[in-house]
Amino acid sequence: MQRRTPRWLVAGALAAVGALALTACGSGFNSSSGGTSSGLTSSKKALTVLIGSSGDAETAAVKSAVADWSSTSGTKATVTAANNLAQQLSQGFAANKPADVFYLSADAVAGYAANGSLLAYGDQLKNKSDFYPTLVKSFTYNGKFYCAPKDFSTLALEINDDMWKAAGLTDADVPTTWDQLEAVAKKLTTSKHVGLGIGGEYARVGAFMTQAGGNLMNDDSTKATANSAANVTGLTYAQKLAKDGVLKYAKDLGAGWGGEAFGKGLAAMTIEGNWITGGMQADYPNLKYSIHELPAGPAGKGTLQFTNCWGIAADSPNQTAALKLVEKLTSAGDQLAFSKAFGPMPSIQSAAGDWKSANPALVPFLDAAAYAHNVPTAKGAADVVTDFNSKIENLKTADIKAILDAEQKNLEALVK
Amino acid sequence: MSTTMRQPRRSGIRRGEAASGWLFTAPMIVLLGVFLVIPVLMALWVSFSDWGGRGSPFSSTVNFIGLKNYSTLLSGGGLAEQDFGTALKNNAWYVIFVVPLQTVVALFLAVMVNRQILRGRGFFRTAFYFPSVTSSVAITVLWLFLFSSTGAVNKLLTYVGIAGPNWFNDPRGVLHFGATSGPGYLTGPTVLGVSLWDWVGGPSVAMVGYILLAIFTTSGTFMLLFIAALQNLGGDVQEAAMMDGANGWQRFWRVTLPQLRPTLFTVLTLGLIGCWQVFDQIYAGTQGSPGKTTLTPAFLSYQAAFKNQEWGQGAAIAFLLFVIIVAFTLLQRWVLAERKVSRRRMRMYNIPPSSGTGPGQGASVDGAVLLAARGVARDDR
Repeated sequence: MQRRTPRWLVAGALAAVGALALTACGSGFNSSSGGTSSGLTSSKKALTVLIGSSGDAETAAVKSAVADWSSTSGTKATVTAANNLAQQLSQGFAANKPADVFYLSADAVAGYAANGSLLAYGDQLKNKSDFYPTLVKSFTYNGKFYCAPKDFSTLALEINDDMWKAAGLTDADVPTTWDQLEAVAKKLTTSKHVGLGIGGEYARVGAFMTQAGGNLMNDDSTKATANSAANVTGLTYAQKLAKDGVLKYAKDLGAGWGGEAFGKGLAAMTIEGNWITGGMQADYPNLKYSIHELPAGPAGKGTLQFTNCWGIAADSPNQTAALKLVEKLTSAGDQLAFSKAFGPMPSIQSAAGDWKSANPALVPFLDAAAYAHNVPTAKGAADVVTDFNSKIENLKTADIKAILDAEQKNLEALVK
Repeated sequence: MSTTMRQPRRSGIRRGEAASGWLFTAPMIVLLGVFLVIPVLMALWVSFSDWGGRGSPFSSTVNFIGLKNYSTLLSGGGLAEQDFGTALKNNAWYVIFVVPLQTVVALFLAVMVNRQILRGRGFFRTAFYFPSVTSSVAITVLWLFLFSSTGAVNKLLTYVGIAGPNWFNDPRGVLHFGATSGPGYLTGPTVLGVSLWDWVGGPSVAMVGYILLAIFTTSGTFMLLFIAALQNLGGDVQEAAMMDGANGWQRFWRVTLPQLRPTLFTVLTLGLIGCWQVFDQIYAGTQGSPGKTTLTPAFLSYQAAFKNQEWGQGAAIAFLLFVIIVAFTLLQRWVLAERKVSRRRMRMYNIPPSSGTGPGQGASVDGAVLLAARGVARDDR
């Protein structure tokens, strides 16, 4: 008796505490603010903008753009740079208190769209038709255009000018076909440096797959195309270069990424995106290099593009204002300002001319937009890409057909 | 217990004692409930649900889906199963190397710094304990520098004529000894989507880096536990063993070590749990690469939930990990349990029949320690 009563009591107390905690968790789930005719919420609440910033330059640029918008629109907005964007976003969604506007990587869209966290506002954008169509495909899930592309990057070929001259090559020798690339890579390979040094991952090697006419998935990420003959051709070409010793992965050269191997002079050529310009300027300012479009493969030109979007939360109490903010942030003026501050390419076609004249050396990156392909964005595709990366780590000895068959199976499971 | 139950209700001055007892413990019970019990129960529910990470897991749109999350991980045949198998394989090798090695190193260090004749014992104790009090992220970053392809470790190795590996970028299993493909009877069959060839491959070179890191950081902590235990041992037993003629080595194995059994159990249990839950080093370091050979269940759980929005799977991994840890702890408890001295062992302590006493009438088993000490003495003759 002495013990039984308190035990019963404590069980009751625990249950009560539990119930309290759960109701506390459960409060505010069905709170919906006043809607408008477009189905968007609107209120007087201030907006929060969560960004995954590459550094102070980016944070400052976004802050000033958002502050400009606040002063003209009269809606307050604060910008926060996340330490770990994916984690902070997830916490916000789970707590029903997400940021109103946020950066979102292409491979994360499907996951958040599937659980209903995202507002599919794409079709309501005034500048919708101005975005590059392939970028729009990256952010289309289940037929709905979810979020506005923020900016994008493509892969191109960077060449070390001094090594190029030392090997007796001229401007006319810049490779435009696979055979030419192989030839110059051989000429550029010496005991001190390798011809072509790239990051050992799908996001670089995959460019060869697109040049052969393949890719892991189609541009909509609705169909797995991993084990196509084109992909085998593309990877076999890369494997041949590796076996000949003229292509090496950055990590095997003792570098963290292609840009580092290139900057340190361990590789005469590399394949990177337009972010390399910032890295070179900061770490290797004296290196002379030039940027060229990637050579064409058997199926013509091909490259990969990478992009982020401006997500708007489905639980945001002020979606109308958020939409207006996104329209402003994706306008030509703001995108060109961002580009000047931290380097990405504008996601709208109308800004292309201005961007090219402002960045003549980087034109090959933007020209590549015409034939660039998307990386897989289906829900869970990031895991398959990681798996693929782990399998091509030893490119020389890899069983290409077996790898692609395995990834085909994994990707098919995602789009079933 | 049963006697208190039968007692009549206490009266007078002791009345209300239980109530105030509960009152005093209430804050802690509430805290534990809110921050431990309820979250664990919520996670358990999530592991059986299709919650996608938005809003409350208890809202009406979330459905109970039974064991689906678990079956995807254990027999789904897809990438999820393969990743889980890979993570288990990696972590199992990590445990196999770290737990025994860190225990041995910790015990060795403890015995060394516990010796009376050692000068500057305080300095050594602090030095050995230092890695334990440093943040694991800081040590991981330090490790990444030390073990980079051109780092200090490889530099040292070149002095002895060894070309060091590219540590944290090298996915080769150390027990494969450089072989790139195995025999068909190993590469064919798979367990949890991972081929037997990969299972027996041992930790990757990158994982060896983490193993060294774990031994370096945790040995100090466990050394402290062993020192505390060693200082509690009475000198009389040692003296008795000495009188019986046991040398230092024998005294350690047959007298000191058996007395350390409870501490050994603590150290092994804590080591086992810590090793199966390894997360922060992986998170701060390689995040599963190279070739997924540093993927661990704890990191996989985080990745499944926060990156892939597969919250049910993430929670299921956490509970499978929990089951594994409990199973291993029970197993180890059974292995280390105190047992009666076996008949074979007993025979050693019997006085031979020639001296006049009958068999089976040897020393009485009054204290395992003294008995062990006597056994030592007999061996010595």
